[in-house]
Amino acid sequence: MIKTDVVIIGAGPTGLFCAHQLGIIGLKCEIVDNLDKIGGQCIELYPDKPIYDIPAVPECTGEELTNNLIEQIKPFNFKFHLNDRVQEVTSENESWIVKTTSGKKFHTPNVVIAGGVGSFEPRKFTTKSAEKFDGTSVLYSIKDKTIFKDKSVVIFGGGDSALDWAIELSNTSNVSLIHRRDEFRGVPASVKKIKELSEKNIIKLFTKYSIKDVKGNGSLEEVEIKSEDGESKILKADYVLGFFGLIMQLGPIAEWGLNLDKKVIPVNTENFETNKKGIFAIGDICTYPGKLKLILSGFHEGALAARGCFKYARPNEKYRFEFTTASNTIKDRLGVK
Amino acid sequence: MAKIKYIEHNGKEHIVEVQNGLTVMEGAVQNDIPGIDADCGGSMSCATCHVYVKEDWYNKLPKKEMGEDDMLDQAYEPNSKSRLSCQIMVSDDLDGLTVHMPEKQI
Repeated sequence: MIKTDVVIIGAGPTGLFCAHQLGIIGLKCEIVDNLDKIGGQCIELYPDKPIYDIPAVPECTGEELTNNLIEQIKPFNFKFHLNDRVQEVTSENESWIVKTTSGKKFHTPNVVIAGGVGSFEPRKFTTKSAEKFDGTSVLYSIKDKTIFKDKSVVIFGGGDSALDWAIELSNTSNVSLIHRRDEFRGVPASVKKIKELSEKNIIKLFTKYSIKDVKGNGSLEEVEIKSEDGESKILKADYVLGFFGLIMQLGPIAEWGLNLDKKVIPVNTENFETNKKGIFAIGDICTYPGKLKLILSGFHEGALAARGCFKYARPNEKYRFEFTTASNTIKDRLGVK
Repeated sequence: MAKIKYIEHNGKEHIVEVQNGLTVMEGAVQNDIPGIDADCGGSMSCATCHVYVKEDWYNKLPKKEMGEDDMLDQAYEPNSKSRLSCQIMVSDDLDGLTVHMPEKQI
């Protein structure tokens, strides 16, 4: 059990700056994110897109913004728990017990939800029959590529993951690649390679097709694909892989007894606390009258939520407002002279 | 101004007047029409404002810009008449446009 002052859910810009504000006022925090890297939507959705509305930064990319925020919280040495998702938040004597999918447990008076529009999950096949094989022979990520050796593998998708795996697995497996249109969104070099492999008949390429059905008695045997005008084909398959990018899902947050307004969490604008004492929501996932889904709003919300956390983390102390320019205590915390 | 008809997957129709300069997605969201989620807020970074546009109107709409099809790859059951409604700008020319919502947005 890890004891801390605050657990932050989400390592996007809002969560990162909230961590900074917690560090400034002398609190400790642990940051959990479902992605394998820090940065949230900024890194996952638009690392290269320029952002023009960060105060005092005329232009920066999602990646630059993330790197600067990481740099800014370095002095505090906060721990990140990546590739992990908060599954359960339960109350215990005025505190919260936070459990993650990997089995980590935190004991904390405060939880700050900075989860954007939820956690990123692989987008799955919509075909009902695919559920039966989910995790065994219908897969959305690859942990051990040796299982595909000498097998028939049918890959769906048109992005880099689909193309890269089709190329890689074609060395040792019988690969078919299926995409809903002729154009691919993977890098040009991969697209070229796929076309070469297809001409040499090493990969069977089917464009303008999508999945119709997967079939098998016990284990997966074949997959049926269909074109838009209804023509269908049957392919032998030991494994079906789907690479359709990630979707954002609210996920387990919906189960924690919080008030929800569609997919967002109503908060007060004094400290961004939810209907549960000690649970705060900031950034895109919170809502209040006048809410703007801007990164700068998330920064403001994080700063105030951090102060809100103080009273539960240090019930016997009085919070004192200080400027970073003038306070020696803060300078100590930042490790500057 | 254009009158736009949004048809939910269950067949329920909503006809609203949408101002020029707004997108078809905003027309739905501002009028509380269910079936269009628009998680990313219109920045072409998700595929949750996916609609189908029937042939006659599909060909009249301004063409898709780069990136829209890449996002549509990730929509729920996209087909050749799929569009992201956040990328369709409303003008007088769109008066009478009908869009069909998919079974769900993911």
